[in-house]
Amino acid sequence: MWGTMRQRVSYLALNRTRPVVYASRSYASGPKQMTVREALNTAIDEEMSADPKVFLMGEEVGEYQGAYKISKGLLDKYGPGRVIDTPITEAGFAGIGVGAAYHGLKPIIEFMTFNFSLQAIDHIINSAAKSNYMSAGQISVPIVFRGPNGAAAGVGAQHSQCFAAWYGACPGLKVLVPYSSEDARGLLKAAIRDPDPVVFLENELLYGQSFPVSEEALDSSFSLPIGKAKIEREGKDVTIVTYARMVDYSLQAAEILAKEGISAEVINLRSIRPLDRSAINASVRKTSRLVTVEEGFPQHGVGAEICMSVIEESFDSLDAPVERIAGADIPMPYAANLERMALPQIDDIIRAAKRTCYRSAPKAAAA
Amino acid sequence: MALSLGKSKRILQCLKSKICVVGLGKNSFWSGWFHHGCPSSMAPLAPTCRNPDAVLVNAATQFATRRFESTKAEKHVDSLCDAEGNQLLDFPGGKVAFTSEMRFIPESPMERAHCYRVLDDNGQPNVSNFVQVSKEVAVKMYATMLTLQVMDTIFYEAQRQGRISFYVTSIGEEAINVASAAALSIDDVIFPQYREPGVLLWRGFTLQEFANQCFGNKADYGKGRQMPIHYGSNKHNYVTVSSTVATQIPQAVGAAYSLKMDGKDACTVTYFGDGGSSTGDFHAALNFAAVMEAPVIFICRNNGWAISTPVSDQFRSDGVVVRGRGYGVRSIRVDGNDALAMYTAVCAARKMAITEHRPILIEALTYRAGHHSTSDDSSKYRPVSEIELWRMARDPVSRLRRWIESNDWWSGEAESELRSNVRKEVLDAIQVAERVEKPPIAEIFTDVYDAPPSNLCEQEKLLRETIRRYPQDYPPDVPAL
Repeated sequence: MWGTMRQRVSYLALNRTRPVVYASRSYASGPKQMTVREALNTAIDEEMSADPKVFLMGEEVGEYQGAYKISKGLLDKYGPGRVIDTPITEAGFAGIGVGAAYHGLKPIIEFMTFNFSLQAIDHIINSAAKSNYMSAGQISVPIVFRGPNGAAAGVGAQHSQCFAAWYGACPGLKVLVPYSSEDARGLLKAAIRDPDPVVFLENELLYGQSFPVSEEALDSSFSLPIGKAKIEREGKDVTIVTYARMVDYSLQAAEILAKEGISAEVINLRSIRPLDRSAINASVRKTSRLVTVEEGFPQHGVGAEICMSVIEESFDSLDAPVERIAGADIPMPYAANLERMALPQIDDIIRAAKRTCYRSAPKAAAA
Repeated sequence: MALSLGKSKRILQCLKSKICVVGLGKNSFWSGWFHHGCPSSMAPLAPTCRNPDAVLVNAATQFATRRFESTKAEKHVDSLCDAEGNQLLDFPGGKVAFTSEMRFIPESPMERAHCYRVLDDNGQPNVSNFVQVSKEVAVKMYATMLTLQVMDTIFYEAQRQGRISFYVTSIGEEAINVASAAALSIDDVIFPQYREPGVLLWRGFTLQEFANQCFGNKADYGKGRQMPIHYGSNKHNYVTVSSTVATQIPQAVGAAYSLKMDGKDACTVTYFGDGGSSTGDFHAALNFAAVMEAPVIFICRNNGWAISTPVSDQFRSDGVVVRGRGYGVRSIRVDGNDALAMYTAVCAARKMAITEHRPILIEALTYRAGHHSTSDDSSKYRPVSEIELWRMARDPVSRLRRWIESNDWWSGEAESELRSNVRKEVLDAIQVAERVEKPPIAEIFTDVYDAPPSNLCEQEKLLRETIRRYPQDYPPDVPAL
C-alpha cells in the first residue's frame, strides 16, 4: 500500500513556530483545548452518527485509522460499509464517490494529500462541480473532498503544492480552508451538510496544533457559515488577508508590528470560494492598506484575486499598492533550509506590511 | 500459558513460512508437525525446539500424541498440497500451487471467446433456451428500435440543414440500446455514455422531449445547458449524459454501492464503447466493483471504432470480455445485433448482479454503422463497402423484424404505418421545438450551486440592466425577463 512515492510524514506535526494562543491557558477553568485532528475526527463522527447517508472513503481511512489518524476509531464504530478502504486509484474512488452522491449518499472522499487529487481532478471538476448545472438541477452532488493541502515538512515538490487557487477558480465548487480547531469543526460539519460539492483543504502541520474551542463549538449541531471570513485580530493601519497555516504567521507578524506602532487587522478567510469580498473590502476601506499572504504559488494565486476584488470595489480607499506574499515560484525543494526559503516567513509579512505603510525601503532594495 | 487462537495461528504461519523456505518435501520431518484446516488444534513445535511462547493450551496432550504419530508423516503432507500433489503456499491473497514448469500465460487465447447469439442472420432462433419474449414486448422492442432508427436519420439531416448544431446517431446499435433496456426495470439506474438514447426511448422519453434537448429550448429538461444528445431525466432514472468518456463507469459503481446499502431490488447499468474501455476509469471501476461487490452491469458496445481508431489500435486483448476475469468480474460476449440474445443476457446479468451482489461485464459485439457524430466523416478512414455491409446485411432492426414476422406478430402494413407515423412525429417535434423560446436569462445563473450565491445574483442584475440599456446588442429570441 505504501509506495515509495507516498512518504509517510509523522502525524505528530513538526512545529516550526508555536501558535499564538489568545485565550487564557488555565487548565482548571479555561476553555477546552482541542487539536485540529480531534476537531476533524469529532466532526466526521458526529455527522456520520446524525445522518446514515454519510460515509467515508479513501486510502488507509479504515484499518490504518487514517493516514494522519483523522479517521481514528471510525471503522470500529461504523463498520466497513461506511468507512471504506480503497485501492490506490484516486480517479476510481473519486468517481465512485461522485456516483454515490448522484444517487443520494453523502460521501466524504479523503485524498491522502491534495497533490494526489490531480489524479481525480476530472471527476472533481467535470463531474462533481458541473453536474448540477449541466443537468439543470436534476443531479445534485453533496460530496466533500478533503485532505491535507499545501506544504508539510520536508516532503518535496510532489507533496507540497497548495491547490486553493486551482479549485477556487471553478464555479460549482465550494472551497474551504480552515485554520483553527473551531474552523475545522464548524466548516467540516457545514461542508458535509451542504448539498453542493465542497473541496475541504486541511493542512498537515495544523493537525497536531491545539486551539481553544468554545462550548458552542463542542455541540454536535455546531456549524460555521460557508463564505464568511473571520477577523482574527482587529486593527486600523493595514489589512492582512490570509488563510490556513499562514493565519498563524500573520498573527505573529501582527504582534511584532504592534510593538512597532503598526496596528494590523488579520482576516482569516476560512473560505476561498465563495470569497468573502465584503469583509475584505470593508476592512480595506477602514485601513487603506492590504497585504495578502498565502503558501501557494504566486501566479494566478488567491492573492491576485483578492487584489482585483479590492481594486474593483475599494480602489479609492487604497493608500498604497497591494502587497502579495506567496510561496516561491519553484517546485518545493526538500532540504530544510531551502524549503524554509521557499515558503513565506513572518519577516516577509512584516516587511510587506511596512512597505504599505511607507516604513521601509522600496521592495527592490529590501529583497 | 494460553495464547489466543489468532495469535497462535500467526506464529504458526510465521514458523511455517520460515521452515518452508528451507525446502519442505513430502518426506520432510517438519511437515508432520503442521496441520492445515484444523482450526481447533495447533501443532506444537518440533520436539527439539523449546520455545515456550509457541506452546499452546493443549500442547502437552497434543505433543504426547504426536510423538507416536511421527512415523505417519505422509498423512499430513496432503494438507500442504493440492489434489495433484502440487505444493501449496499461503501467500497474502490465498493459496497458490507451485509448479516446476516455467510457463507464460499466452497473450492471446487459442480460441477467441465465443459470442452468445439466439437469432441467426435470418432472424430465426437457433436455440430454444432463450428468455421467451411475449408478443407485446417483442413488438414494443421492434417499434422502439425502428423509431430510434427513423429519429436518428431525421435528426442527422436536421443537423446537416443547420437546424441543430450537433448530433450523434446510434445506427447499428439499436438492439443493444433497446433490448437491454427491455430486460431492465425502471428502478435500475442508467449511466449512459452518449450512444444510448434507445434506453430513454424505451422508458418513455418522447420524441418531443428529445427534440427539445437538441434545440436547447425552454422545455429542455437541461435548460439549454448542454450540447445536443446530452439527455437526462430523473423520472426515467437516466443520468444526464456527460461528454467526458468513461467517467460514468466508476460513478455507476458508486451508485450501485448506494443501492446495495439501501437494499433495493435494483442495479445500475452503465454503457461505454471499445474506446472507453481503455481509460483509467474503466480499470478502477471494474476493480472496485469486484472488491465492493457492487450490483452493476457494465455493457461495452464494442462497435469496432473509436472515432477513427479501430480496435486493433485500441487494445491487443481478445476484445473487452476477457478483461472481466482480470478483475474478478463475471463476463459474457454477446451478439450485440441480436435483440433476443441481448435481452436474455441482460436479464440473467441483472438477476446475478442483484441477488449475488456482483458486477457483470457484457461485451456486445456490433458495428458503428453511422459516423462517430455529425463532426465526422467515417468514409475517410474506413471503406464504404464495409459500412454498407453492416448497414444493410447485418442491420439489427431487420433481423428482429424477420423474427416477429415469422411469428405473425408483424406485417408489411404495420411496418409502413409505423414508419410514416414516426417520421411525421419526429418532423413535427422538430418544427415545434424549433419555435419554442430559448430558456430565460435567469437560467444562466441557476443550478451552479444549490442556492444562488450573492455574486451571481449581482451579475444577473447587472446583465438585465445592460440588456435593458443596449437591447440591440442582445439576441432577440432570449427572453430577458
